[in-house]
Amino acid sequence: MPDLLIELFSEEIPARMQKRAAEDLQKLVTDGLVEAGLTYAHAAAFSTPRRLTLALEGMLDASPRTVEERKGPKADAPEKAIEGFLRGAGVTRDQLEERETPKGNILFAKIEKPGRPAAEIVAEVLEQAIRNFPWPKSMRWGNGTLKWVRPLHSILCLISDEGGATVVPLEVDGITAGDSTRGHRFLAPDAITVTGFEDYEAKLKRAFVVLNPQERADAIWHDASNAAFASGMEVVEDAGLLAEVAGLVEWPVVLMGPIADDFLDLPPEVLQTSMREHQKFFSVKNPKTGRIEKFITVANRTTADEGATILAGNEKVLSARLSDAKFFWENDLRVATSDKGMETWVEALSNVTFHNKLGTQAELIDRMAVLAREIAPMVGADPEEAEAAARVAKADLSSEMVYEFPELQGLMGSYYAKAAGKSDAVAAAAKEHYAPLGPSDDVPTAPVSVAVALAEKVDKLTGFWAIDEKPTGSKDPFALRRAALGLARTAFENERSVPLAGLISTQIAIHDGQVFGKLCALNTVAIRDFEELLRTDPEADEKTLRPVINKLKKEMHRNDEDVVASVQAKADDLLAFLHDRLKVYLKDQGIRHDIIDACIAMEGNDDLTLLVKRARALSETLKTDDGENLIQGFKRANNILTQAEEADGVEYSYGADVKFAEDDAERALFAALDAAEAQIKPAMEQQDFATAMSAMATLRGPIDGFFDAVQVNSDNGMVRRNRLNLLSRIRSLCTSVADLTKIEG
Amino acid sequence: MSVKPDAPRSFQAIILALQGYWARHGCAILQPYDMEVGAGTFHPATTLRSLGTQPWTAAYVQPSRRPTDGRYGENPNRLQHYYQYQVLIKPSPPNLQELYLGSLEAIGINMDLHDIRFVEDDWESPTLGAWGLGWEVWCDGMEVSQFTYFQQVGGHDCHPVSGELTYGLERLAMYVLGVDHVMDMPFNDPDAPIPLTYADVFKQTEEEYARWNFDTANTEVLLRQFEEAEAHCRHILDQPAQDPKTGKRIVMAHPAYDQCIKASHMFNLLDARGVISVTERQAYIGRVRTLAKLCADAFVQTRAGGWSEDAA
Repeated sequence: MPDLLIELFSEEIPARMQKRAAEDLQKLVTDGLVEAGLTYAHAAAFSTPRRLTLALEGMLDASPRTVEERKGPKADAPEKAIEGFLRGAGVTRDQLEERETPKGNILFAKIEKPGRPAAEIVAEVLEQAIRNFPWPKSMRWGNGTLKWVRPLHSILCLISDEGGATVVPLEVDGITAGDSTRGHRFLAPDAITVTGFEDYEAKLKRAFVVLNPQERADAIWHDASNAAFASGMEVVEDAGLLAEVAGLVEWPVVLMGPIADDFLDLPPEVLQTSMREHQKFFSVKNPKTGRIEKFITVANRTTADEGATILAGNEKVLSARLSDAKFFWENDLRVATSDKGMETWVEALSNVTFHNKLGTQAELIDRMAVLAREIAPMVGADPEEAEAAARVAKADLSSEMVYEFPELQGLMGSYYAKAAGKSDAVAAAAKEHYAPLGPSDDVPTAPVSVAVALAEKVDKLTGFWAIDEKPTGSKDPFALRRAALGLARTAFENERSVPLAGLISTQIAIHDGQVFGKLCALNTVAIRDFEELLRTDPEADEKTLRPVINKLKKEMHRNDEDVVASVQAKADDLLAFLHDRLKVYLKDQGIRHDIIDACIAMEGNDDLTLLVKRARALSETLKTDDGENLIQGFKRANNILTQAEEADGVEYSYGADVKFAEDDAERALFAALDAAEAQIKPAMEQQDFATAMSAMATLRGPIDGFFDAVQVNSDNGMVRRNRLNLLSRIRSLCTSVADLTKIEG
Repeated sequence: MSVKPDAPRSFQAIILALQGYWARHGCAILQPYDMEVGAGTFHPATTLRSLGTQPWTAAYVQPSRRPTDGRYGENPNRLQHYYQYQVLIKPSPPNLQELYLGSLEAIGINMDLHDIRFVEDDWESPTLGAWGLGWEVWCDGMEVSQFTYFQQVGGHDCHPVSGELTYGLERLAMYVLGVDHVMDMPFNDPDAPIPLTYADVFKQTEEEYARWNFDTANTEVLLRQFEEAEAHCRHILDQPAQDPKTGKRIVMAHPAYDQCIKASHMFNLLDARGVISVTERQAYIGRVRTLAKLCADAFVQTRAGGWSEDAA
């Protein structure tokens, strides 16, 4: 069976797009072929900076002939209906077959589709793939209308078998498919003619092109590690950079060079970031000193001087880059250690907008400081220290280094805080308060860091809730989902009880007041200006301006009760959002949504740590047989009780007495409830939900026994009442951890 | 830096080599535009000529001013006034990359010893309402040029597409000549009777302009001039196409665009004076962009911009 080889040869494809593009090419082509009936045995896709390649093995040489039978109208149907059917099926009257069926004589058509040669199908499918390629960004060039990531120069499209190779006839926007490609841009720029995939891959390699990106990445890593090892050092791992660099070269050549002594005292993260972001260099660490002392660059070619010129050039560029970084570092340190210290930066942040409605970074810092102080006692931090930490945590946003490398925010803050003589806890908080950055990122654990991290997230979430910019669908530009889960995880993974209801509603009220205050200030100024205009400018039009002034005035009046209600509604909504994020997270950890709902239904659900503890205890219990059966027993008790309460119009909640018990099973249940209650009460006081749940699970046997032996609805009214009150004890004990009525099943 | 024996030895020799190379490849060698601009792209030979269907090919040196980059002539590679070399060819020829690489060879870069790379860099000018896709070109890890296929300018889709090359001349020359500080670079031939360095030519002005840009420029005047230029631009474009005096159809896209350039430069000066807040910045950029778009709209109504009696 034949093989298919496709290569799309273009100007340099951005490294970050290559992997996905190769996968897309494979998917678009193979989906198209299979849909047309052209199956294949094996497919592989590759990319280099200048080409996307797809190789298929064992493809059919033609699509199979198909016969489709189509059911038509009855044989005695009106002529018009039959004609319509003939047209639709593309057959003539004498080709129809009449068959007897239970519904009468029906006409059937056999529609035969002959197989089509592979080349024809490939040409169609490939053209469609090229024209509809899902590049993240694409462009036109010259006079053409075709869109590609960068100008597309040639198309290689070959079907080959034992008999030889044939070019698939195909033309897209003036580019005719052929059997040739080109090698390395500088080392082997001439055309190469190929006969199939093996020939293609081998000839490319002779023309200084390694086709397979994984092979290039492996070679880079291998050579880089060896070069570092030879000087007693190690390459700092960076999978993202490795993939990117493998996408920048067709013929990787690893070169290692020194970092000048002047720069060795820069923080390692600064060296690494500067080298990675600007130069795509790997960092090489000396394990003896712990410092980054060398760099590795990957050239795209060999040279007669074995890379000496290239390395010298790269060293020079690096020096210039690191001089900048050193300049920033030294300037920043000068500011941090000056009399005024990091306060200088905080002041500068009063000119930096955090969000046009939520004010400046400086205002954000003020709010965070107050919050951090308030949260501190709940998380075991010193309030003074937490406030101080919040005040400097974002100062580095004004530093020159963070301006140049935004990804170093926080980290630089902690270096500068240390230089400024702040405590280790304050310095650590600058670095850690942004965490966690994702569901698998670690949460901060140091109490001061926890306080500042929580303050940052509470302020952010309440701010965007206050101005109604909540995430919708796939849109979450301010990463509020991440902040919500981060808030929850920081609290419960540290096992800190942080009741949020009060914090949230207060903070929303504060945001609301600030936003409204600014609106009033702006409106006041505008009203003054408009009225001035009306007084002084004879051309000013009273009819147009007056309604505007009235509208501005109206905006400045609002009803206090409405404000209170709206703040509370937003606070409730935010808490519900936090619960939702928590649900998604816990579900991934194997805790069912109904379990979480049962816990959310309890008092104190704004303390997410408590909520998670309840959910985990309940989830564990429900995994046991006793637990699962307890739910059945509880539900039975609850149903009988609820029905009786509805029928009788009273609540049975008190006064079950063992002396009215008639049956042993009934007496046993009394004893079991006494015993369980003796365990559950103190456990609940300790918030030891696991113990409480396992004590509850012991009730399973006695409850089952009770229902087997006893008829609750006894004719004796006194006995019935006593039994209902007994069921009420089951209900109140069993709902101390979670509202079990919400458990499904 | 490894260079060929006949390699340039001065800043001007590199400029002359580029001029000669692009002249040999058919470009019209234009002169710099006589106004203060932030980059070679602002020259109407690029901004306006990339619009419309008329073929175009031009190369020129453009003095460029970035007031915020001034360092009193002390930083090894930051200047508030520097030169860009700009090439614009419409439609972009299929061998533009090869042509570009040829220009590097022409200024003395030995293509057998260096590592030249095309690294993704999409270009966008918020002030011109323009964007394109392309690369920054690296020579041994050093960015030596910008290479862009214009997709949109002044809010108009480019049909055909222009290919634009921009060389930062000082940086490129320093690299080719092996100079570490821009001020040390030979400006004319080092063996000339009176050899001049870059410092001899520009140290004085870098100091003067840095002081003026950062501390002395009168912000009230700048602000007023910004607003005047903006109003002036709109006024020019508000005129009817038909000139009442000559009776000819004369759409004044270029005079209006001059005012747009002026507004843009005033904005840059205000920015360097530190009187524009982050939020205002966006608003100012938006105002310049609006002017650029209006000028582009006007240019496509001119003959040079592809307008014709028949089509209208």
